[in-house]
Amino acid sequence: MQVVAPSTVNGVASTIAVLVLLVEFGMLRAGLLRSQVRLYAAQSLIASLLAVFLGVVRHEPELLILAGLSIALKTVVVPLVVLRLVRQSGTATTGSGILKPAGAALVALAVAGFGFFAVGRSGLRVDGLSPTVLGSAVAIIAVAFVLMIIRNDVVSQAVGFFSLENGVSVASLVVAAGMPLILEVAFLFDLLVAVVVFGVLMRVHHEEQSTLSTAQLTDLRG
Amino acid sequence: MQLLILVMLGGLVGIACLLMPPRAARVATVASGVISLGLAVSLIADVTHGPLRFGFLRADSLSVVFVLTAAFLYASAAVYAIGYVNRSAPAGYQRRFLFGLNIFGWAMICAPLVDGLALLWVAIEVTTVVSALMVAVDRTRAAAEAAWKYLLIASAGLGIGLFATIIIYHAGTTVYGLSYDLTLNQMIAAGGRLDSHAARLAFVLAVLGYGTKVGLAPVHTWLPDAHTEAPTPISAMLSGSLLAVSFYAVLRYVQITQLSVGAGFVHTVLIVFGLLSLFIAAFSLLVQRDLKRLLAYSSIEHMGLLCLGVGFGAPIALTGVLLHILAHAAAKGNAFFCAGVIMHKYGTKDIGSIRGGLDKLPWTGPLLVASVLALSAFPPFGLFRSEFMIIAGGLARSSVMVVAALLVLITIAFVGLIRATTSTMFVPARPGTPAAALPRSEPSAWMVVPIVVGSLALVVLGIHPPDQVMALLGQAVTEFGER
Repeated sequence: MQVVAPSTVNGVASTIAVLVLLVEFGMLRAGLLRSQVRLYAAQSLIASLLAVFLGVVRHEPELLILAGLSIALKTVVVPLVVLRLVRQSGTATTGSGILKPAGAALVALAVAGFGFFAVGRSGLRVDGLSPTVLGSAVAIIAVAFVLMIIRNDVVSQAVGFFSLENGVSVASLVVAAGMPLILEVAFLFDLLVAVVVFGVLMRVHHEEQSTLSTAQLTDLRG
Repeated sequence: MQLLILVMLGGLVGIACLLMPPRAARVATVASGVISLGLAVSLIADVTHGPLRFGFLRADSLSVVFVLTAAFLYASAAVYAIGYVNRSAPAGYQRRFLFGLNIFGWAMICAPLVDGLALLWVAIEVTTVVSALMVAVDRTRAAAEAAWKYLLIASAGLGIGLFATIIIYHAGTTVYGLSYDLTLNQMIAAGGRLDSHAARLAFVLAVLGYGTKVGLAPVHTWLPDAHTEAPTPISAMLSGSLLAVSFYAVLRYVQITQLSVGAGFVHTVLIVFGLLSLFIAAFSLLVQRDLKRLLAYSSIEHMGLLCLGVGFGAPIALTGVLLHILAHAAAKGNAFFCAGVIMHKYGTKDIGSIRGGLDKLPWTGPLLVASVLALSAFPPFGLFRSEFMIIAGGLARSSVMVVAALLVLITIAFVGLIRATTSTMFVPARPGTPAAALPRSEPSAWMVVPIVVGSLALVVLGIHPPDQVMALLGQAVTEFGER
């Protein structure tokens, strides 16, 4: 079997994508709400750097514009909005969750592994990039779901959803890099609207429950 | 031109409601709802000559079916809200409520009219965030809980829907190159030339993602809570229209994917989701103690039925599905409106505490019984005709076992629905209980009028649907590519 070294583009893109995934694991581990939000900002920045890198090497200036908008929104605006809410709530730590950190990490590793496996089996072919980047994107989405499920505070759950969107963004850079800018901007605008609504409902939740924890949300069971 | 008016009117009126006195806002909301319905009806004739296009808007026979559904419930809820919203409530609350109702109605009208799968995702996400705010609008503890769960679960589902959009875009790059617009015409024209691996993956992700908003099991858990805790006009719009609009997104993926990977795979996935939803809903209906939660589970049942109808892959079944969408909107809207009147009258949603409805509510009582019979597919209502067509399609094209399972499950669902209805409507209130002391009257004529109109629509759809409507459904099936 012939082993071929990855090209520089492939290597850099894969490294950035794996970094985004590692930050997702960091969010799973974070015990302070502020750390959680800052890690999300860092993850968004790294994901945007992937857009910058691919924009430069593929000569697609639209990706640079997208990266600029993404940094402004996801690295600055969203974290600031969420951090403000955290400050106002007077809560510092994340909800303890239904799993201990080691158990959560194991579950996350398993679903991330499944993400890579699923991409390998899906038959998707992406010209110019190795399956590692797409596998990382799917793994980020899967770990984001774990974060949303095991944490029982509204901030971690909202940040889990926002980071899920980062995973989709990485996937989009790999398999749909040529998507018209207007559609990408529409997605970002929609995220902004969702952030506002998440913010409003987090505030409503805090007013009604006097806590950011979701442990008390047991009256309704589907 | 009417497309443009249709996608602007509700939004503009919604914003204007924030600035008007409540009385003027109520009048503007009703006018907007009724005009939107008129414009939606006028689209029926316009799309008979082929799809209409205007900028990023597109209307064809399939999308008009869903626009009709959304506009009908927008108009009905607008009228109902006049009686529902307490006029002594703070003006700010009334304005916020009417703003949300208009924006919600507007968003659901826009979603089927946007051209392309990416914009469709954006529009459906907008319906989620607006409706989540409306679920929480009463600021009760339970409403806040339901709204949070709804927003989180539906957004996570739509995150998967966004991933499906990206993957279907990738499927089209084999035909159109790296950059194209992802319009419906492009995707339908590409047909079998799409990357089949990507199309298959996108379809499964779309059913799972949008299916979360449709309320398909096992990703339905937000639905009973949100429908129960939302204000009644919003519950009616959620159940009759929002679920249908999300189902529209699934239908578009069905349309594109079956051209690419063949109908067999698509139909199997839909039949699995449909049967599972029917199963969970049917048995859940047997144990419900909350009137609105009962109706919410009935919605899951009907969404499962729609999935099965499409999964059968027969033209008559698909025609039945589209008719079912129209009739279900009227029947479920009516049932929720009746539940709202009952809650207003009795001050509870608890089925065990509501007695003697036929005696205490001279209009709403019989209308609730009629609505439940309609939801159970009794003649002469539209759902009898639509379910008959779906089952006929199933017998013609699918396994007898699947059709038999369908029949058993909808019978179980019927038992759950009718048991609750008979106990609340036909069993008289015991002397000495709060229910016995209630006077025989309706809380508001405004709350009864839309139910009467909805009932008439159900009877018309059951006995003799207008030729134009049947022609619209037939054309939608042809355009859909079902043979």
